[in-house]
Amino acid sequence: MNVKPDKVMTLAEAVDRYVSDGSHISIGGFTINRNPMAAVYEIIRQGRRDLHLYAHSNGQGVDELIGGGCVTEVEIAYAGSGRFAPTCIRFKKAIQNGAVAVEDYSNYQMTLRFMAGAMGIPFMPTRSGLGSSIVEKWGFSEKHRRETDRLPDQKVVVVGNPFGDWMETSKVVLVPAINPDVTILHVQKADAQGTVRIEGLPFADVEQAKAARHVIVTCEEVVATEMLRRDPDRNQIPFFCVDAVVPVPFGAYPTACYRHYDYDPVYLTRYRELASDEEKYRGYLDSNIMKVKDHGELIALAGEERIGTIKADPRTGYAVGLDRK
Amino acid sequence: MAEYTLREMMAVAAAREIRDGDIVFCGTGISMLAAMAAKHISAPNSVVFFETGAVDSKLEEVPMAVADPRVMFWTSVNGSLADSFAVMQNRFTGTRVVGIMGAAQIDRYGNLNSTVIGDYHKPTVRFSGSGGACDVASFVNRTLIFMQHEKRKFVEKVDYLTSPGWLDGPDGRKNAGLPDGGPSIVITNMALMGFDGKTREMYLKGVFPGITPEQVLDNMGFEVDISRSEAVPPPSDQELVILREKCDPQRLILGT
Repeated sequence: MNVKPDKVMTLAEAVDRYVSDGSHISIGGFTINRNPMAAVYEIIRQGRRDLHLYAHSNGQGVDELIGGGCVTEVEIAYAGSGRFAPTCIRFKKAIQNGAVAVEDYSNYQMTLRFMAGAMGIPFMPTRSGLGSSIVEKWGFSEKHRRETDRLPDQKVVVVGNPFGDWMETSKVVLVPAINPDVTILHVQKADAQGTVRIEGLPFADVEQAKAARHVIVTCEEVVATEMLRRDPDRNQIPFFCVDAVVPVPFGAYPTACYRHYDYDPVYLTRYRELASDEEKYRGYLDSNIMKVKDHGELIALAGEERIGTIKADPRTGYAVGLDRK
Repeated sequence: MAEYTLREMMAVAAAREIRDGDIVFCGTGISMLAAMAAKHISAPNSVVFFETGAVDSKLEEVPMAVADPRVMFWTSVNGSLADSFAVMQNRFTGTRVVGIMGAAQIDRYGNLNSTVIGDYHKPTVRFSGSGGACDVASFVNRTLIFMQHEKRKFVEKVDYLTSPGWLDGPDGRKNAGLPDGGPSIVITNMALMGFDGKTREMYLKGVFPGITPEQVLDNMGFEVDISRSEAVPPPSDQELVILREKCDPQRLILGT
């Protein structure tokens, strides 16, 4: 809850202020779209450790945070970057070698968990997952859950329908609410006070923002309040949910931002290759992230010509005819 | 008869399963092609929708992920995740949804694993995880499943049950508390596998041209009934033209 009139700050400031070692965080976007990549790279640059990460179906952002050594526990439905990495590469390695502990949920379950957090209730019910290993197998042990205040004692709870057979439903799965310390989103437009306008699919960004104690919004452009208020039906997040507004053009790059730019197939294909090899990956972290001052410099590395190829066509919102092989 | 690839055969076989008026829940890859092709062939009034919330996208180019900006263009509604899964859990709309899925492992009851190979806590191979797959498999009336026919993929018991099929047989879903519905067909690189209406066990429904039922069995980790197997017609010229020219002219998914 923050009603300050001007929340504009630099990304370095926002991350320093709201993301600490051990924070429980969630990031917006979906697989290769609107991941808050500039913020992800800044978190890696600032060397945050032991993050507890909540995600539904995230790709590039989750993979780079894990690859950057920032994450020790993740609760997630899906880690993949579409055709570029059907399973995120650093995620896969980190789970297989035990560097990161994982708790699996379904996409809807994660969405409901954020929604419950946003609504201020302890859980939400669904029929999804009945009979599955998602209900049966727990990634975090009962002991770890009991000993950790920030985690609910149970992963999920299956109960009989307390309304009898109402809605022809005999049982439901209860999934626990999430209240992250901070949610980080990248959006198209925000004003200085933090009113947010997302264009295209919002995914679960709105629920994730409302569930969090603090919210960092990076945006393609900070626009005048009058512009957003003239057409309020198109705004999704009220300003009081937001703590930091950071203008970062291409802030989702190399993932897409509808009506602004497409994902960069060259970057994502190259990333796949680099992330698959330990030595090459260390080189990538060093030259692409640690030695880069800010996101503008990372965009400059890609070069004007490549950035030109991913600029969105105004009719469709994506780069028509982009070579995606 | 024109030449065709196995991926083309699979996409066409899936497209034939989509009925006019179906709401088609699409994943990435070949399932998108099947849904796109069906709209041009047998199911012009089918509706393509994605777990990301995009409803009835105008797919002028093949999306590379369900969150590809290409799915957001000219939709009826760009909804949220909460909206899209509610469409499937909702009993008025959910019973009209056909879900197209894929997985790393499948068992005789169509239960799917897309999470781990080996022990969950110390996996040999970690995959992406459920995403919306468990939700779709839990909720919708009918699912179509794409698989590669290999012994290690058709297994007696899945290492992790990500997405519920018929669970352990005819009463499996009811006992678990799941709604009616379940896996309808498995489309592989060799054959079509059905599920018996009484036992809910997988059987060989049809083989692709040039494949024998014995070859199919050789590529499975469990035995199935092959007595009902029929020949699957190859893709027609019209089906191939639509797939190649209207759906994936860049061959991003069909490959070369």
